[in-house]
This record gives sequence, structure tokens and C-alpha cells, in this order.
Amino acid sequence: MGSKPKVAFFDFACCEGCQLQIANLEEDVIGLANLVDVVEFREVLTGTAPEYDIAFIEGSITRKIDEERIIDIRNRSKLLVAFGQCAVSGGINRLKNNRESLDQVKKEVYGDSYNMPHLDTYATKGVDEVVKVDFHIPGCPIDKTEFLNVVKAIALGKAPSIPNYPVCIECKLKENECIFDLGGVCLGPLARAGCGAICPSNGVACDACRGTVDNPNKNAMHEILEKYNYTVDEIKRKINLFGVNPEAKK
Amino acid sequence: MSNNIKIDVHHITRVEGHGNISVDVKEGKINKVEWQVPEAPRFFEAMVIGRGYHEVATITSRICGICSIGHTFASLKATEAAMGIEISDLTRKLRELLLHGETLQSHILHVCYLVVPDLLKVNSVFPLIKTHTEVVLLVTKLHRLANELCEIIGGRTTHPIRARVGKFSMMPKKQELESLKKRLTESVGDLKALAEVVKSLAGGIPDFTRETEYLALTNDNEYAFYDGECKTNDINKPLHVDGYYDIVNEFVVPQSTAKYGKFNRESFMVGALARYNNNYKQLTPLSTSVAGMLGLKGPNYNPYMNNIAQVVECVFAVERSIEIIDELLNTELKVEKKEIRTKAGKGVGAVEVPRGILFHEYKYDDNGICTEANCVIPTNLNHNNIQKDFEKYVKENLSIGEKEMGFNLEMLVRAYDPCISCSTHFLNIEFK
Repeated sequence: MGSKPKVAFFDFACCEGCQLQIANLEEDVIGLANLVDVVEFREVLTGTAPEYDIAFIEGSITRKIDEERIIDIRNRSKLLVAFGQCAVSGGINRLKNNRESLDQVKKEVYGDSYNMPHLDTYATKGVDEVVKVDFHIPGCPIDKTEFLNVVKAIALGKAPSIPNYPVCIECKLKENECIFDLGGVCLGPLARAGCGAICPSNGVACDACRGTVDNPNKNAMHEILEKYNYTVDEIKRKINLFGVNPEAKK
Repeated sequence: MSNNIKIDVHHITRVEGHGNISVDVKEGKINKVEWQVPEAPRFFEAMVIGRGYHEVATITSRICGICSIGHTFASLKATEAAMGIEISDLTRKLRELLLHGETLQSHILHVCYLVVPDLLKVNSVFPLIKTHTEVVLLVTKLHRLANELCEIIGGRTTHPIRARVGKFSMMPKKQELESLKKRLTESVGDLKALAEVVKSLAGGIPDFTRETEYLALTNDNEYAFYDGECKTNDINKPLHVDGYYDIVNEFVVPQSTAKYGKFNRESFMVGALARYNNNYKQLTPLSTSVAGMLGLKGPNYNPYMNNIAQVVECVFAVERSIEIIDELLNTELKVEKKEIRTKAGKGVGAVEVPRGILFHEYKYDDNGICTEANCVIPTNLNHNNIQKDFEKYVKENLSIGEKEMGFNLEMLVRAYDPCISCSTHFLNIEFK
């Protein structure tokens, strides 16, 4: 891209914690503002633009009207990037898909008013279940340095690189004590790295908030489960916390 | 000047989440004054059902990225109350410190990145990078410091990792605390400089008052954030948080589908100004003097002054953080071994988050599986008050013209620092 790319940010169903990571770049935001031209970003800026070189999408798609909105944004964008696990896989919002029925979900939250039309919701989708996504930035929340690197790569016309090896590798490099040895069940053997094994490094099991690697080594996982006396069900239960489907490639 | 006003702000900018403003005045007759919220509901209370007690805070933290630390604590406190789990003095101190970090982070972000552009009549913070470079750098420095506090104590700035049921999974290093203390002490000067900047712009704050009921936690020992009972200016004795249901009184208004809250008056306000009005006598000397410098005296009934109360709370957060760090430096910092025995029960947790009082309530079965949940979010509690402010403001200012009225109503919404994406059980507001 010759001149500064026109960039826009949009959010759908999410906590907006991933766009906060952009604010958390602090002084680097100033550098970023020099690299790109932010033309639309409702949370921080008043104004809109007709089209964008890069649209950054945060959040999952949970309603028909949101589906129409994301299709419209896609039609007006040269490149579209899904950032944060909600946009990538539906993230934590996908938990509601696991319940008996969406009517049940609505009743639990809204009681007698559950059937009002504006409360309508459908099974949570990641952005690429609705429109074409050019690049994904996983994580709950995203890693701000990874975000910066992805933007730089795209601005230079290159494909950004996201790690495709498991969290265990980063954890071992940090010489952390293994969570399994500490008595926990950890998704590190399957989970996509890039976070610096941040949870195990803070004494907590990995929940695979960045999804799994493309071809997770299930045999290794089985061996670990056998060694520490856990069942596959425990892993299956845990892995749906962030809407991750290990069979899907993301 | 014509007395026709038509304002339709679709998706107001520089707030978290989506909200609309709609005003219709014809020949001086007010036909419509509406604050509307079309945010996508997210159903958190249903998402936690069937999950284990140790996972619930991980999930409900994701209600809000800006106040994920506050949500984590309301959640942990509710779970601990349900199962009768006590926390140590050390855990409590670390939680208080982490909460002050979040308050500082959120208030700086809100006042400086989202409100100050209004006072300078620009569309965002971006043009200020060029025109007010020094100020922007001062702000990013303070914001960075707040975030680093959260990282050192919580393991991550957003969605804290170390704060677990009954304990912290990892301790900060003494060295980290010492360096943090040093930087916090130095930041007092930066905060004073920031307060001077805000003071120089304070002329842009509209002169408007509407006294309402102010709801916030209170406790005898200090200006309450982490713990306390529910206090308002309309009750004689604070009420236990377990009775929150009868305080927030969520109800559906006949002419709209919005769930509103009210207690002793037609609406109530939560957040920095409510905390200030209820508890300002407990502020530290420096935060009191900054309040004085910025023209804030308790009680204050101008909702726009919520932003000034936020600046005052930034000073308080820094002062209290330094005190807590001093206490921690004299404590042995060791990860606690905590055996948790699950048992059936129900519990409520309440904390003051940047935007006001927050309640979580859970019910667990014998195996520690969540069977019921309710989360009451401060932004929800304020919607009724925003609507009532709108009605009074429009009535009193019909002659100021469409443009200024639209601008000032947007600014009023921003003054509340609404975080609409926190919409756990948000009813869509459809005004007729």
C-alpha cells in the first residue's frame, strides 16, 4: 500500500477488552497513528468513512442485524482482520450454544420477557462463519505486541505470522513447573502459542483462549492424560470454554 | 431562535457499547426525549450455568474488558460467600491494590481519551497528539503505570490471571513492589499537572444540576471500593449487600421495554460522583485538595461533575496504592495453599468498579457447579438516571439551539462513562 492505509475498527458482541489492548500500547499508539490513518473507531473517535483499506473486527456475531452489518462492512473493505477470540471463534460467547436451547438461555436471563423480539439471539458465530476473513489474531484478550506486529506486516503488504506450535513449547522455554505436576489439567499441549504461556507462567492452567494449533498432537495429549490419570472428557469440557473446536482449523 | 429541535444521534461515539439519542421538539413543545440502547445481549448468566466454581470468574470477567478486575472480584466474592470461604489479609490487600490499579486505568482512559476531546471541541484524542503532545505523553505515562500495576499484581492488565477463588496463584516480587511504589510516588506530580490541565478546561463543563439518589458502597474504615454496605442519601443506615435485589429494584417501564432501577426516588445514580457524594469525608488530604482545586464540593448535584470526581479518585487510588504497597513490603509474600471444599450455597458479592456499584450473585450445588447466576451492572443502573437528566436538561435549555443541545446531551452520556457492552441482562430500550 502506497499512502497510509485507511483503517477502521468495529465491535460486535464482546467485552471490548481487545481494543483496550490497543489503547494499552500507550506511546506506541502514537507510532501506529503515524503508520495508518484511523478513519472510523466509534469508541474513541467521532466520524465515519465510506470505505476502508483494512477493517478490524472485534466480537462475535449473534444476531441477524449484526450479520447484515458485518456483510456491509466486508463489502466496503479491501482487507478484513478478525481480532480477539470472540471474532475468531465466537470465544466465550459460544458457551451459550452448548446449553439445551436458546429459549432456555433467554428465559434464564430475561425471565417472562424472554420472547420479546429485540432480545432475539442466535447461536454465536465467529466472523468467518459469516464473511471472508483475511487474517485472524487470536486470544482472550489479544497480545498487544502481536497486534502491533500484524498491523505492521499488513501495512508493509506482507502476511502476518501467528505461531503454530503449542503453548507447552513457550512454557518449557520459560522453565515453568508443569501444571500437570502441580495437580492441574492444562490445555498447553494442544493450545496455540504466542501468548508467552502467560497463564501457566502465573501458576494457572492454560484454557486454550487462542484456540488449538492446526494439527494438535492428540496422541501426546492422550499419553499425558493417561500418565496423570485424567479422562478425555475433562479436556473436552475444558476446551469449549473459549469456543474452541479442535477439529476446525483457525 | 426557532424552537424546533430534532436530534438523532445513532450510535453515540466515544463510549463503550452502543447507544442512541433522540430528541424531538416542535414549536417549543417537547414530543420526545430518549436515551436508547440497542446493544447485543450476551447472556452471561446462562453461560456460567453448569460450569465449575473455579471457572466462573474466568467467564464473568469477560463481561467487560475495561473493568474485568472488578467483575473478577465481585464474582470471587460471591463464590466465596456461597461456599463460606475466608480470604487472608494478604489476599484482601492484593485485591484492593489491584482494584485501585483498575480504577486509575479506567478513569484516566475515560477522562483523558474520551471526555477531554469534548472540552477541546475536537473529534478524538488523535489530533491532540500533534496539538497537545506534552499532555498526551503525560496521560499515556499515567495510563501505562496503572496498567503495569495491574500486570504486576494480577499477571495481566485485562482479565487478571492470578486472582483465584480464595487466593492469588502467584505473588509479586518485593523488587517489583518497590519499583512500583517509587513510580507511584513520582506520579503524584504528574497527576497534579493533569488536574491543572483539567482545571483549565473545566469552563467547558455545562452548568446543570439535578439532585438524585446516590448509591454506593460505604464502610467505616475508608472511602469504599473493595468492600462495604449499600449507602444512599435517602436512607439512615447502610444496608447489607445481600439485600441488593430490593435496593436496585429492576423493573419494566410500561411505555418501554427497558429494565430500569429505582429505590427511594424516580431514579438513582451510581459511579464516581455517587461515591464522592456519599463518602467524600473519607478522602485523603491530597485528593480532597484536588477536589477543592477543581471546584468539587460534597455533595454535588451536577452529573457532568462525575468526570471531576473521577480525577479526584485517581489521586486517591494512587495514595492508597502507595499505602497498601508499604504494608505488603512488611508482609511475607507467599502463595497460600488453599483446600477448597465445595458445598451447596448461595452468595452475593459487591464491589465498586469505575462506573459504580457492581453485584454478582451465584447459587452452587454440592459439587461446586453453578446452578443460578445474576449480575447487576452499574451502567444498567444509571440508564434511568440518564433519561431523567435528559428530560430536565432539554426542558431547561430549549433556547440553546439544536447543535449545542445535541453536543451537551452527548457529553452528558459520556459524563456517566457508560460501558454498554457490559450488557449481561440488558433489555433493549425502545422508547415510544
